[in-house]
Amino acid sequence: MNYRYAWRRVVNAVMLTLTGLCALVTVSALFLILGYLVYNGGRDLSWDFFTKLPKPVGETGGGMANAIVGSGKLLLLAAMIGVPVGFMGGVYLAEYGGKTFSFLVRYTADLLNGVPSVVMGIFIYTAVVIPMRGYSALAGGLALGVMLMPIVLRSTEQFLRAVPVSLREGAMALGARKWKAILTVVIPAGYKGIATGILLSLARVAGETAPLLFTSASNRFWSHGWLHGETASLPVMIFYYALSAYDDWHRQAWAAGLVLLTLVLFANIGAKLILSRSATR
Amino acid sequence: MSLPTRPAPAGRVRSFINRLRTGDEVAHLITLLFATSIFLVTALLVFELYDNSALPRHKFGWAFFVTQTWDPVFENFGALPFIYGTVVTSALALLIAVPLGVGAAIFLAELAPRPISDALTFIIELLAAVPTVIFGLIGMFVLVPFMRVYVEPFLKATLGFLPLFKGPLYGIGFLTAGVLLGIIVIPFIVSVSREVLLAVPVDQREAALALGATKWEATWKVVVPFARTGIFGSIFLSMARALGETMAVTMVIGNVPKIATSLFAPGYSIAAIIANEFSEATGDLYVQSLVELGLVLFLLTILLNGLARLMIVATAKRGTSQE
Amino acid sequence: MKRNTLSLRLFLGVTLAALVVGLTLRPKPSLTAPAPSPDRLQISGAGATFPYPIYSKWFDEYHKLHSDIEINYQSIGSGGGIRQLLSGTVDFGASDGPMTDEQLGQAKTKVLHFPTVLGAVVPTVNIPGVTAELNFTPEALAGIFLGKITKWNDPALTGPNPKVKLPAEDIVVVHRSDGSGTTYIWTDYLSKVSDEWKTKVGKNTSVNWPVGLGSKGNEGVTGQVKETPNSIGYVELIYAVQNKLPYGRVKNSSGAFVKADLDAVTAAAAGAAKNMPDDFRVSITNAPGRTAYPISSFTWLLIPAKIDDAAKRKVITDFLQWMMTKGQAYCNDLSYAQLPKPVVTKELKAISQIQ
Repeated sequence: MNYRYAWRRVVNAVMLTLTGLCALVTVSALFLILGYLVYNGGRDLSWDFFTKLPKPVGETGGGMANAIVGSGKLLLLAAMIGVPVGFMGGVYLAEYGGKTFSFLVRYTADLLNGVPSVVMGIFIYTAVVIPMRGYSALAGGLALGVMLMPIVLRSTEQFLRAVPVSLREGAMALGARKWKAILTVVIPAGYKGIATGILLSLARVAGETAPLLFTSASNRFWSHGWLHGETASLPVMIFYYALSAYDDWHRQAWAAGLVLLTLVLFANIGAKLILSRSATR
Repeated sequence: MSLPTRPAPAGRVRSFINRLRTGDEVAHLITLLFATSIFLVTALLVFELYDNSALPRHKFGWAFFVTQTWDPVFENFGALPFIYGTVVTSALALLIAVPLGVGAAIFLAELAPRPISDALTFIIELLAAVPTVIFGLIGMFVLVPFMRVYVEPFLKATLGFLPLFKGPLYGIGFLTAGVLLGIIVIPFIVSVSREVLLAVPVDQREAALALGATKWEATWKVVVPFARTGIFGSIFLSMARALGETMAVTMVIGNVPKIATSLFAPGYSIAAIIANEFSEATGDLYVQSLVELGLVLFLLTILLNGLARLMIVATAKRGTSQE
Repeated sequence: MKRNTLSLRLFLGVTLAALVVGLTLRPKPSLTAPAPSPDRLQISGAGATFPYPIYSKWFDEYHKLHSDIEINYQSIGSGGGIRQLLSGTVDFGASDGPMTDEQLGQAKTKVLHFPTVLGAVVPTVNIPGVTAELNFTPEALAGIFLGKITKWNDPALTGPNPKVKLPAEDIVVVHRSDGSGTTYIWTDYLSKVSDEWKTKVGKNTSVNWPVGLGSKGNEGVTGQVKETPNSIGYVELIYAVQNKLPYGRVKNSSGAFVKADLDAVTAAAAGAAKNMPDDFRVSITNAPGRTAYPISSFTWLLIPAKIDDAAKRKVITDFLQWMMTKGQAYCNDLSYAQLPKPVVTKELKAISQIQ
């Protein structure tokens, strides 16, 4: 009996330590990634990197200014397309929806959310790039925007539902119309969650590469305008530079990766801070 | 007393216009419009995929799924190597991520004090936010040499009698792609599993402990089985994620459309070949075959996602209904 | 709540500050470039990675001469160039494999081929411990890429290289994963020197490779070979040179082992220069001549014969003229051979076909 009990205690200790190790290994993965990026990319982060255009193939130097601005452009377009649809759709689901229609919308949103990003690229290529006869920031923005829609929709609905019914009823008891109640009371009450949802979804699509490969493509110059012309973006540059053979390009890929990851992490940590504040209120 | 009758049609229209004027109907309509547009976009997506894959569907039919060749010269296209590669790398990914992820989730849900658990979970969720092209970067320059110099020779020396571990060591191939994918999906397994474990009612744990079980026994024999469905759900979710992963896999899988038994061999996945060849495929049949591959991938991920959600919801319901 | 408020405010403050700093200090393209004039133009092209180094140099130099014109070139492989041109998503294409009659038939307007430079495709290797230049026979190259010669110390390789100690290691073959004109040149050559290759695999921008790893672009193959010990790949000369990768000599049709350089490539083109067909589509692999390098090729810009946009047409025709005359001066530094004079004369006349 004692042996058996001792054995069980040993198993207990061993397994629990193992699970702790699993957690440790997983957590350290992030630090390893950050570490490599900082080590390999930090050296190349110069003022040039942020302000200069890429140099001709094989020449060292140059930077990724156009890719940084390009990514910004694409995200802006994506937000303009995806956020209104997602937000309004979320409002509909939380405030107005009927049972079957809401279920259908949610199901469709989940479907859209699960579409692999490269398939989204195919879709926008056939639906936008071919008819427009050219790559454009618009096509890239559309691809990212469509990916944004379901994420924003779900988070908007979630945070609006979290607003207590009493607030809504209170507003309407004071004589406000339903739409006014939603606009002036419910949405402001849930805006933190909604804002963080939008921020997080933007951070998520900022790093997407595959859908951009055949929609906004890449450009070694500034891209002018929004409707025509290939647009460089950070993730695509990282991809092409990493695959090349030039050491200088490899270093620039690391640096770009560091910039991209920093922005993404920044957004995520910020979202967490905003949410934690609203939770303690 | 007469029953209230429905107002005559003219009256209904008038009341509709009245409601419009008050703004409520307008708001309802506007939001409804936006919600419907999600339908439209999804419908358009499915249509485009279906329409633009017509040629290979008519020419190859179901044979597309069992043909091994991918020959642009002789225009003979088959999906089998890519389905194989996608499945193998995803399976490998799960093999690595599930033990690690469930283990970590158990630690975070059962053992760690709440503040530490929250902090560590946050860090692990940050891992989920890392763009996969960066994983690809690390994969290419850090993981591949590591695999080629340390791991693969070790595996070959110890397990080389298995057909899984034969052949030349490139560093690039199914094994490395699987490992990288595993790292990518761990956070999903951890965060969902942790949530379903936390949702298991406290009484279950306490009952087990009261009966004299060690903490581990209570966890492994009572809590985890209770949350089993949810954990499977998280696995399906991760599999769906792994199937569609493009960039990281493209950069380390070797880009060779062949089926090989050895894990050291280079291969291809559906997402990777689309990313590599879509802009460059000449000839309608070639392009549309790639679109058909995309359609296949889309259907696979829908299936898995749907199953996953069902499982996770089922566990949550089970947890709350047992109170 | 106090603690969270502080950190939240700090976070918001930092973000705001970063935004303000970033916005004020970011480069403003509209101010540094000349004021937008009606003819500021961006022309888009796509295609071969083979000539990408010289093209990117040209477009950069041309932009310096005409600061309101930007020619953006996507190096996605010849297959991509042809495809994008046929779909109309780019203004011009580029390919090292001339378009087939079938592809030309798919085009909405007639497509003109304009040779730009001559280049060489070399077998580049990465064998730890071996720094000597290797001699490759056509049979050896075909055998390696067919998967029949699997080790570096195979007699087919040690025979022509008696003084080199080749290891008993597996050969890692690297080829292109994308639609590539460089592949076209390589497989064109192999089809000419190996009947087995011709029937089993054939020549095209994308083939069903018997063995090997696939990489994207000349850049990818070079990178892959550089990272993988005991590997061999085929790349355009400048990629091997710029990345300091050793490349081997190839036995030409006269029996001499020739190293790829400007003279050898020019020698390969000598015959073709005299008998250039009107549409400029010609293959010069395995060309006759004692000093000719057997895996040489022209590379072409694919220009639609009918360009509706007058501004674009002017820029393209102007660029072509510049490229054939002044642009050729940049070739030698990047290890591309210049166009033979008779070819240039013929091309200048052909430009008038662009309407």
